[in-house]
Amino acid sequence: MFYRESGVFKTSYAADMALLPLPNTRWAVAGLLVLFVAVVPLVSDEYSLSILNLILIAVVGAIGLNILVGYTDQVSIGDGAFMSVGAYTAANLIVRVHAPFWIAVPAGGLMAALIGLLVGTPSLRIKGLYLAISTLAAQLIIEWVINHVTWVSGGTQASIQVPPPSVFGVVLRSPWQMYLFLLAFVVLAIVGTQNLIRSRIGRAFIAIRDRDVAAEIIGIDIFRYKLLAFAISSFYAGVTGVLYSYYLGIANYEQFQLDVSINFLAMVIIGGLGSTLGPIFGAIFVTLLPIMTRRALEAVGGLFFAASDLSAVIPSLRLMIFGGLIIFFLVVEPEGLNRLWRNIRNYFRTWPFSY
Amino acid sequence: MRYVTRRPLMIAAGAMAGTWFAGGAKAQQKQILIGSQCDRTGPTQLVGTVFCPAVQDYVNLINSQGGIDGYKIVINELDNNYQVPPAIEEYERHKEEGMVSTLIWGTPQAQALNPRLEQDHIPGTSPGFGSAAAANGSKYPYLFPLAATYWSQAAAGIKFVKDTLGGDLKGKKIAYLYYDNPAGLEPLPILKELQDIEGFDLHVFAVPPPGVEMSAQILDISQRYRPDFVLAHLFGRAPSVMLKGMKQSGYPLSKVLGFVWASSEADILAAGGWPVAQGYYTMQFVGVGDDYPVIKEIKAMYQKEGKPPPKEMATSVYYNRGIQDAAVHIEALRNALKLTNGKPPTGEDMKKGFEMIKDFTLGGLLPPMQVTAADHEGGGWVQIFQVKGDKMVKATEWFQGYRELVLRKVNSTA
Repeated sequence: MFYRESGVFKTSYAADMALLPLPNTRWAVAGLLVLFVAVVPLVSDEYSLSILNLILIAVVGAIGLNILVGYTDQVSIGDGAFMSVGAYTAANLIVRVHAPFWIAVPAGGLMAALIGLLVGTPSLRIKGLYLAISTLAAQLIIEWVINHVTWVSGGTQASIQVPPPSVFGVVLRSPWQMYLFLLAFVVLAIVGTQNLIRSRIGRAFIAIRDRDVAAEIIGIDIFRYKLLAFAISSFYAGVTGVLYSYYLGIANYEQFQLDVSINFLAMVIIGGLGSTLGPIFGAIFVTLLPIMTRRALEAVGGLFFAASDLSAVIPSLRLMIFGGLIIFFLVVEPEGLNRLWRNIRNYFRTWPFSY
Repeated sequence: MRYVTRRPLMIAAGAMAGTWFAGGAKAQQKQILIGSQCDRTGPTQLVGTVFCPAVQDYVNLINSQGGIDGYKIVINELDNNYQVPPAIEEYERHKEEGMVSTLIWGTPQAQALNPRLEQDHIPGTSPGFGSAAAANGSKYPYLFPLAATYWSQAAAGIKFVKDTLGGDLKGKKIAYLYYDNPAGLEPLPILKELQDIEGFDLHVFAVPPPGVEMSAQILDISQRYRPDFVLAHLFGRAPSVMLKGMKQSGYPLSKVLGFVWASSEADILAAGGWPVAQGYYTMQFVGVGDDYPVIKEIKAMYQKEGKPPPKEMATSVYYNRGIQDAAVHIEALRNALKLTNGKPPTGEDMKKGFEMIKDFTLGGLLPPMQVTAADHEGGGWVQIFQVKGDKMVKATEWFQGYRELVLRKVNSTA
């Protein structure tokens, strides 16, 4: 009753192949765009915008990792290293040749994609956990290289200061300007991924995920498509690294170590593998939940603990509760938050005729 | 099963969302908020679980004595788990609550927060970590190391070795054992320059992260290279592994000097106890032990409440460093209030307050540091303590090493 899918007649191929064929969906997306572009920056304070910015950057990375892990089923825990590759490439370009953002961001992504191609080469021979270990090796090797090659890292401190980007002559200094900048990249990432999945390449990825031996037999060149998956996912990770550098004002590989890779893997798994909305939910969950847990503990902790013990207890409790929530959500819905959302959506889709 | 678990889930989610608006501790009348980021979890928890209570203890002590000019100090301690995005979020939260200065935790966090500190005019302290170039107050106006940076530590280490080996380093062999990350690599330029000046032979031995495997390096040092002295720049779990390894391979620990993060009682206990580490020289930027007036005052404060002194005092190295970090903020606040004539200070006033710190030694606990607008390090003072018996004994007074050389390097970094 809320969502009419029938009675929509398309009269051209373009209308049939459109990304948003139903008018209901179009109105919903338009409303969301208005909300995020116009309403949110106006009503949010600086602190909420800073959290939103972190979530937006994480969304780009999670969507990229989802292409590799969710759609092609190649487990990778080297994402953090690709982010640092992207970050340092862009930082070097910005500092040495004053590259604007529309060169620095794609360049960072492309460099990460190149490295991703190299890292993905073992995927021809090994799968699953073994591939994860080889990507772990890539993470550590890339960290070591950045640490020791001062041409790349800009000195022993391995930190390069990145000035804020300037868009059409406006230097982005305030949080809401950065928010709109990051939102543009998130929209590009979402639209790009949706189109990628509907295309021939995307179908090849899904075929490899479902049964790669069968895919090879029917003629899909799985080596080429696996490498492409690594390259595309690393491109997203590189872009994420560049965005982090712009947001933080500094490119430093110590921000992108193993724990970050595992964080992003957690985002993809909790959010739901193999959908575009899944990594968005996962990114919001993993970024926002520790903050909300801490707020909740501060609000109610006084009931259970003496005030002097509170600050000693909260950090450890927060970690325990966060881990517990992850376990809880995965037990309740192993396919991730996206599945929970689908269940709710399907219920309302056919309401009141749920049969 | 699904429906049964979903309702409590919704209620819990709603309650959690509601607590968002409960808000943190906003600074009210006659209260000054100092934002503290302190890790009690994560890779630095060995330090944080002792350091952070010390910060709280000192602030409680000051508040119990009436605060500063009638102002109560509020420390809102947050944990960033040694990651950068939470550090940014916590900085924004402290800023929203009206903090006037911040205690930073972690080298990448100090780097990442620096642009924001400059933009918002809020000073931040990073004693004993962060980039050594941050001592340059003109280039990093809002970052205050306020303790010997790694460059000063390296220079002071060489000076101590020179004094211990009879005043002349020509032809002597020095080994530099370090953790292979930017913090470990940082002293190398200073050591290489001093090698040219003093004429000793320097050999470097890198320990890959996480620093729990160094038997190859230790064997190399003790059997092959056989230096006259070893400078060990390790942190985390690595120092205790080094102590055990050196003891096992027979290299005398009285020829080993550990830099500031390889020097705590916790490392010695983790290596197997005081007998293992006899003779080990440790570099400190804050005094060790409880023979200082401020420690006695804190013990008295606990006694008045009927509680025993906190068990964190046993690791006096980290506890005293926590006292130092809190004390410099309070002293800067005192100076800032003098500037504002008693009105609540802003971040800019706190910055000037930090730069006015001189002769603030807390009874010998802190070195005679002198902070100026150009020198945010305060002089790079260190003190060497040696392990004798079951405690650390003072081996030198407060000293600086090759200060002109370090200052030259600090002021030349572009």
